[in-house]
Amino acid sequence: MILSALFFYLFAGICVASAVMVIVSRNPVHSVLFLILAFVNASGLFVLMGAEFLGMVLIFVYVGAVATLFLFVIMMLDVDFTELRSGFLEYLPIGLVIGGIFLAELLLVGGGWVINAGVAKSITAAIPDNVSNTEALGLVLYTRYIYYFQIAGMVLLVAMIGAIVLTLRHKASVKRQDINVQNARTPELAMSLRKVASGQGLQDADAPEWVQ
Amino acid sequence: MTIGLGHYLSVGAMLFTLGILGIFLNRKNIIVILMSIELILLAVNINLVAFSTFLGDIVGQVFALLVLTVAAAETAIGLAVLVVYFRNRGSIAVEDVNLMKG
Repeated sequence: MILSALFFYLFAGICVASAVMVIVSRNPVHSVLFLILAFVNASGLFVLMGAEFLGMVLIFVYVGAVATLFLFVIMMLDVDFTELRSGFLEYLPIGLVIGGIFLAELLLVGGGWVINAGVAKSITAAIPDNVSNTEALGLVLYTRYIYYFQIAGMVLLVAMIGAIVLTLRHKASVKRQDINVQNARTPELAMSLRKVASGQGLQDADAPEWVQ
Repeated sequence: MTIGLGHYLSVGAMLFTLGILGIFLNRKNIIVILMSIELILLAVNINLVAFSTFLGDIVGQVFALLVLTVAAAETAIGLAVLVVYFRNRGSIAVEDVNLMKG
């Protein structure tokens, strides 16, 4: 018990500290790396709570995909990030005020809450004792929440197609293979016989259009 | 020294507040704003999973999974829009985004 408390404070402390570093560090690359640290520690918290599958998915999705995406974009864009940081101190007071109000509200809510005794009766899908977390999640996700699961898949598909459509660009200078044009080529189109005068060679102007 | 629901909810509340603070502090840097949104969604996930495990109802974890999906999709689209915007304007400063006079 003492060990799990120790690990909770370790994970929670590092998670919150790296979240602070995400928003205050000067270099966005450092921000992304601290974001990764925050997510790894949050997945540790998930494992402590007994949600091992979500902890693993958190590492897969965030560290494997989202953080990589962030790093790619930051390194690809040639942006002067120091210029973007110039208003940092200017917005600090209003940010602290709003953050403080928000935290006070959350603490007021958190200080006053009690769990209604009737909530135990209204549980939708109780966590079974004899199966692992992954299996328990799958038992519910693939039966009762199958439509939500499929809609989540559609959301990811739309996001993928949208990202590709947004960022793909066709440059005129890049030659691409066009199967239809290749199949439509005939010997008459592709070659021509010329009489070459001795010592002069072919003039460029004589060349057929497809060479130029 | 048992770790209860309140401990996890406090972590969630702190992360959520830090995310909101990050949006205000980095008003000009949209990449850090996107990262702050990720922090906020992480706080939401921690809350969902905490309630799920402490109340013994697995539906919270299903919701957390769906939130995770939407967060990943949102990041991908947001960064794609960012790349397109940078190609067109050569800058990603938030206050330069005024083409629609909004």
